[in-house]
Amino acid sequence: MNRLGFVAPPIIVGLCFLAIWEGGVRLFDIQEFLLPKPTSILSALRSEWAGEIGAGRLTNLREAGFETGKVAVIGLIVGVVVGSLLALATTRFRLLRESFTPLAVVANATPIVALAPIFNAWFGITGATSNVAVVIVVVFFPVFINVARGLTEVHPNQLELMRSYAASPTTVLREVRIPNALPFFATSLRLAAPLSVIAAIVAEYFGGPTNRLGPVITQNASFARYDNAWAAIVVASALGLVLFGLALLIERAIVPSGRPIEID
Amino acid sequence: MTAPVETARPGFARAAPAVLRQAVTVLGSLVTIVVLWEGYKFIGDRTDDTWPLTNIGLPVSSDDLTMPHASDIWSAFWAPVQRGGSDSLAVFLVKASWFTLREAALGFAMGTCIGLVLAAIMLRSHFAERGVLPWVNISQTVPLIALAPIVVTWGRTNGWGDTLSVALISTYLTFFPVAVNGLKGLQSPQAADIELMRSYAAGWRDTLFKVRLPAARPYLFPAFKLAGTLSVVGAIVGEISAGVRGGLGRAILDFAGRYSTGPAKVYAAVIGAGLLGLFVFGLISAAERFFVRGPQGSGT
Amino acid sequence: MTAVQISGAGMTFNPGSDNAVRALDDIDLTIGHGEFVSLIGPSGCGKSTLLRLVGDLITPTTGSIEVFGKSAEQARLDRDYGMAFQQAGLFDWRKVAANIELPLELIGWSRSDRSARSKEMLELVKLDDFGDHYPWQLSGGMQQRVAIARSLAFSPRLLLMDEPFGALDEMTREHMQSELLRIHAKTATTVVFVTHSISEAAYLSNRVVVLSPRPGQIHSIIDVDLGERSDAIRETPAFFAKTTEVREALRAVEASA
Repeated sequence: MNRLGFVAPPIIVGLCFLAIWEGGVRLFDIQEFLLPKPTSILSALRSEWAGEIGAGRLTNLREAGFETGKVAVIGLIVGVVVGSLLALATTRFRLLRESFTPLAVVANATPIVALAPIFNAWFGITGATSNVAVVIVVVFFPVFINVARGLTEVHPNQLELMRSYAASPTTVLREVRIPNALPFFATSLRLAAPLSVIAAIVAEYFGGPTNRLGPVITQNASFARYDNAWAAIVVASALGLVLFGLALLIERAIVPSGRPIEID
Repeated sequence: MTAPVETARPGFARAAPAVLRQAVTVLGSLVTIVVLWEGYKFIGDRTDDTWPLTNIGLPVSSDDLTMPHASDIWSAFWAPVQRGGSDSLAVFLVKASWFTLREAALGFAMGTCIGLVLAAIMLRSHFAERGVLPWVNISQTVPLIALAPIVVTWGRTNGWGDTLSVALISTYLTFFPVAVNGLKGLQSPQAADIELMRSYAAGWRDTLFKVRLPAARPYLFPAFKLAGTLSVVGAIVGEISAGVRGGLGRAILDFAGRYSTGPAKVYAAVIGAGLLGLFVFGLISAAERFFVRGPQGSGT
Repeated sequence: MTAVQISGAGMTFNPGSDNAVRALDDIDLTIGHGEFVSLIGPSGCGKSTLLRLVGDLITPTTGSIEVFGKSAEQARLDRDYGMAFQQAGLFDWRKVAANIELPLELIGWSRSDRSARSKEMLELVKLDDFGDHYPWQLSGGMQQRVAIARSLAFSPRLLLMDEPFGALDEMTREHMQSELLRIHAKTATTVVFVTHSISEAAYLSNRVVVLSPRPGQIHSIIDVDLGERSDAIRETPAFFAKTTEVREALRAVEASA
């Protein structure tokens, strides 16, 4: 398939969506506080992006996006590193594997963002530490569970082969388990990247510094400045997209791709 | 003969059914957490919140306000919610959970339907798959959860109940895994299976319902489990940011607002939210056991 | 009378693009009613492609294919085909009997007719007691027999088989071959059978079509006239002579390629 055939359909669908949105709001005369037009959101984005901070404006979107982005990225990196390391540890320590892994699966089924108020009590609400902590925990579980699966769900034949070579556990880890876990790691990264932004924003609802996207959205929404709130959401989406794109790039780099060639 | 790589261990581990073993592990882990929790508090108490034999401070203060005793959290469940009230916190949380569960279930149902329809459309048309799938992925980077107040405003102008509004936020989170995994599952039958149906001159609908959909079950149920958890997250966060009263989300927020007078209540409410998530997860897992039988289902 | 008439059929995948593959070229073949014809050849010779053309699973880029005097598509819509593949391809979520009844369900047979028919089919493949089992509870050979029962369920006039015994062990395979011949004799269905086993082709067929690769063409057609088949035939000089003939044709194909 050529490049155009790959890029054109999503662009066409996206433009149609925006056109229907814009046209629908104009045609049915929907009030801006219910659903602002894409063009209104764009102009709000322009004026709020680098708007002067001061009277009546606590922050601008550039600053808020940068600060929330920092929280998301730090939490993402720490969560991914800790999750992967702990997953590696489970291949060595059976007790850890048999007790912690089921617990992680259980914890992953719970609404982890609800921990935000507890972390606020632990780390205080003036700094961003508790927000970062929420992101770390939210990111940690999918990464840990996926990587641990990748490290353990190895084909028995491969383990038997390594055994026949009298390979040490370290060799098995390096030659079999880690390569097997790479696609799992990539998947979890793809999952965790946008999740980190959402977790950061939800955590910011519960407390922390106010020059962030979360408070900007809620404050503007409570003053019925929905165009500004939507503009903040656009910034948040862009953040999530950038991280998602980075995750895809990393996936490309570490997971071999390509289809087998069929003849008959 | 090929022996299994890891030979079965003798004694309890082998004899006990898997469920019992899991229960024991989880229980053991819970005990471990409580011991670690109380141990941390004990050490912090003795060393004035520094690591033993050093001057380096502990990351979290160990006092009873920041980290209430496990026993205090436990008894908070059974104490009245308000002074002089008749309901214990446990009863209050169960009621709030029921409220939140209804929102989550409605959102889950709507999200599942939308996800399945999207998956079927993407299956049907290559243009739709290439045009829509990237947006389905992108949709999850949009923190629409942030729009909860707006969604509730929409709902109130249109005369919907707040339950529906919060459910819509759950819907937005749940449709995604169902659509993505559903498409994968619907595409999972082998070429030969589809050729077989073609040789029977079976139509698209017959192929969908008799082959593709049943074949998609092993893909759909993990998505349902994820969607179930997300529907609870959506309902809780939706309640919080929309200011809807009566559910768990609001309870957590209220208790957090009065943290200094009853820290154990916040912990209890958060544990309640976790249990609700687990309940939904367990419900869907049970459905999975029932609906997905076969070599990959009950074969273990 | 003619069952299948292939005239000048050719198949090119991805025509006009850089990775165009000419899979088949100018195939002429006539198959009579009740005949058992095997297609054999080295991998890449397009034998599966030819089978799929006959079954109207793909459409030829040149030439035409008639089945029972009508287009292949019409024959498919008339449900003249039964198909079996290398993988039994049974549906895990249906019990054995329900798998056999699937094609009947699609053409709207009543429940009682269906179950009567699946019982009959299970008897035919000697699996009377296994209707209530799930496919994954059966051995590979038994699964393949269910697949054959399924392919015969609505008494198709033409049976298309793509290496149906390819994944079975040698003993099961020989047993299944005899079963297939027994069923063939009983139902008088026309069979087109793709295989890469020389002895299988010689044992089963009235005619063996040897294909050569790149592009797939008919190299030679070998008539096999061994009379009534039985396991004893496998050890006769006549059978040995036929397998040798097929083997040499295949060697000639390899040499010219």
